[in-house]
Formats: sequence, C-alpha cells, structure tokens
Amino acid sequence: MRSLVVGLSALAVLVVTGLVSLSAQAQETVFTLTIKDHRFEPTRLEVPANVKFKLVVRNLDNERAEFESKPMKVEKIIPGNAETTLNVGPLKPGEYPFVEEFHEDVANGVIVAR
Amino acid sequence: MLAAAIIVFRETLEAALIVTIVLAATRELAGSRRWIGLGLAAGVVGAGVVAMLADVISQSVQGMGQELFNAIVLFAAVIMLGWHNVWMQQHGREMAGHLRAAGAQVQSGERPMVALAVVVGIALLREGSETVLFLFGLASANKGGWADTLGGGALGVGLGVAVGLTLYFGLLRIPQRHLFKVTSLMILLLAAGLAAQAVNFLAQADIVSQLGGSVWDSSWLLDEGSLVGRVLHTLIGYTAQPTPLQLIAYGVTLLVIGGLMWVVRPSAPGHAQLKAG
Repeated sequence: MRSLVVGLSALAVLVVTGLVSLSAQAQETVFTLTIKDHRFEPTRLEVPANVKFKLVVRNLDNERAEFESKPMKVEKIIPGNAETTLNVGPLKPGEYPFVEEFHEDVANGVIVAR
Repeated sequence: MLAAAIIVFRETLEAALIVTIVLAATRELAGSRRWIGLGLAAGVVGAGVVAMLADVISQSVQGMGQELFNAIVLFAAVIMLGWHNVWMQQHGREMAGHLRAAGAQVQSGERPMVALAVVVGIALLREGSETVLFLFGLASANKGGWADTLGGGALGVGLGVAVGLTLYFGLLRIPQRHLFKVTSLMILLLAAGLAAQAVNFLAQADIVSQLGGSVWDSSWLLDEGSLVGRVLHTLIGYTAQPTPLQLIAYGVTLLVIGGLMWVVRPSAPGHAQLKAG
C-alpha cells in the first residue's frame, strides 16, 4: 500500500510540474485595494479581462482582515497594518464581488473585468 | 450574536459533513471510533495553533505561506482519502465477512483508520482555525463582547453538528450491503472536490496556472455561498465558476482513485486478497 501512496504522490507531482511550466508569465499588472476603518478604497476597481494580475491589499487597520472572493477564488488573511499580494485571474468579463470577511456588512466591493 | 452564529455555522458545516462521511464509512471497522476521536482531538489542538500562527503563516514564504499550507494539507487529505478507498476496496469484503472477528483483521483494519483520522484532523484544523479567527475578529468589533460572540459561536457549532447528525442517520438508513458502496463513492467525490480546492491554492500562490478563466458560471442556478451550494461544495466539490485547472484536478483525482479501486477490486466474492501491502 506504500507503493500506492508513492504512486499517487508521484502523479500529483507530475501534474504540478507540468502546470508550473505553463504558469511562467512575467509582466503582470498590479492593482491596489486599501482597507481602512473596515472599508475598502476603492470599492469598485476596473481590471482588464482575460489576463492574470496581482492585487495588493493594504490593511491600514490594527485588526486582522480576511480578504475573500469566491468568484475570484481568493481567500487570504492580512494581519493588522500589513499588506498582501494576491494572484488573480485570468477573469472573464464580468463583475466579481469581494468582502473583508470579518466585516462583510460594510467591507465589500466589486472588481469589474472588461 | 446572530452574525457569530451564521459565520461559525458556515465554517462548522464543511468539517461536520466530512466527519460524518468518515464516521459512516468506518462504522463497521473495529477501533475506528478511537482513531477518529484522536483525529478530532488533534484537529482541535491544531486549529488553535494555526489560528495563533495565522499572521506568521500568511506572511511567510514571500507572502504565500497560507496558500502553500492550505494546498499541502488538502493534498494530504486527498491522498489519505484515496488510500482509504483503495484499501477498503481490497479488504472491505473480508472485513465485513466471516473473518471480521479475527485479531489479525482488526489489526490491519487500523491502517486506513490512521488515514481517516488524518482527514478528520485536517478538516477540523482548517475550519476550526478559521472559526477561532472569526470569533476573535467579531469579539473585538462586537459591542456585546466575548459572551455574546461565544454564545453565537456555540449556536453555530450546534447547527453545524445537527446537519452532520442528520446526514449520518440518513446514511445509516441505507441497507448495510449498499452503505459501503455509497460511502466509497462519497469519499471519492470528496477527494476530487478537495483536489480542485488544493490546485486553486497553488494557483493563488502563482505556482501553477488556472489555464484560463472560468469554464462555466452556474451561480445563477446555485450560488456557492448559499446553504445548498456550500453543502454540495463539500460533498461533491461543487464550484459555480470552475477554472480549467480545477476541472482537470477533479477529473484526474476521480480517474486515479477510481482506477486504483478498480485495479485492486477482489476478483470473485469470497476470494479477497489477503495480502496487505
């Protein structure tokens, strides 16, 4: 049964390495969102569709934040007074809502890919 | 209080469903409850540790620590679920048969128990650490403070466990001779769904590519954030907007685990292989 586990892991590694070569893309655009007083700035951000981009989220509050967007498939903890970089996309044209999960009633916004 | 209850329920639900499937799948296996209990306990402790280290994990490995951590534990869970299913396919018949009481069988029966204990531990560790962070976040923001937040949290955990119990007793209504097939299929789909989640974390860490935008968008039909959407997300890996990478991971996992189960299947009733690899 050990051989099975090894086999499964080997296959996973194979698939991953195969895909890594495909992910090598330089020159990504960077967009920035800021969280202050548990609100996003801006709350609406336009990005190009169909290309990967980096999204920097700055948390200016003292409290920890969790950035989440199911449609954009990202989820990330950001400590207080820290920033993080998310790898997003490629997104098809459309609207992609996001929230700061600990304060989602006020901390929300939308990314528009076009 | 209601906010805490809803949030904790959301997080508890996924863990509760996974634990339920594991409990139903191992009902007939001697010693399974002890192993699952160990997995649960380790998961609770692990959740506390991960929550305490959340900021450190998030900022480590050039800011990709959280993604890598999630990908690794999810892949570990996929491998453990696959191992369990293949092992059970190979030995399930003999264990459910006349040899069940034999000491050697009980002993070998503990092997996949370790695998599923790990799965249960991982489920609790992931969802539990999220829950702890939520409660901290809420308690600091909430005017009611800790008593109110913890009250809501307890209510949320209770609701999550209630859904798990409902599924468990529902599964037990399935006749014994079919239950094994049903739980094997559920574990197979669970593993495929977790694999699709795991590769998404690798894409978030920019280690692999999503290979394109979402293949379809069924959020108009079933929102992933809705209750049914969340339940199906856990049970079968439902994703409203899956990427090519996620679909490939889902399919490959189904094929690999399903294929191995087919390869090791006992050739004829009563002639199960006795060799434990």
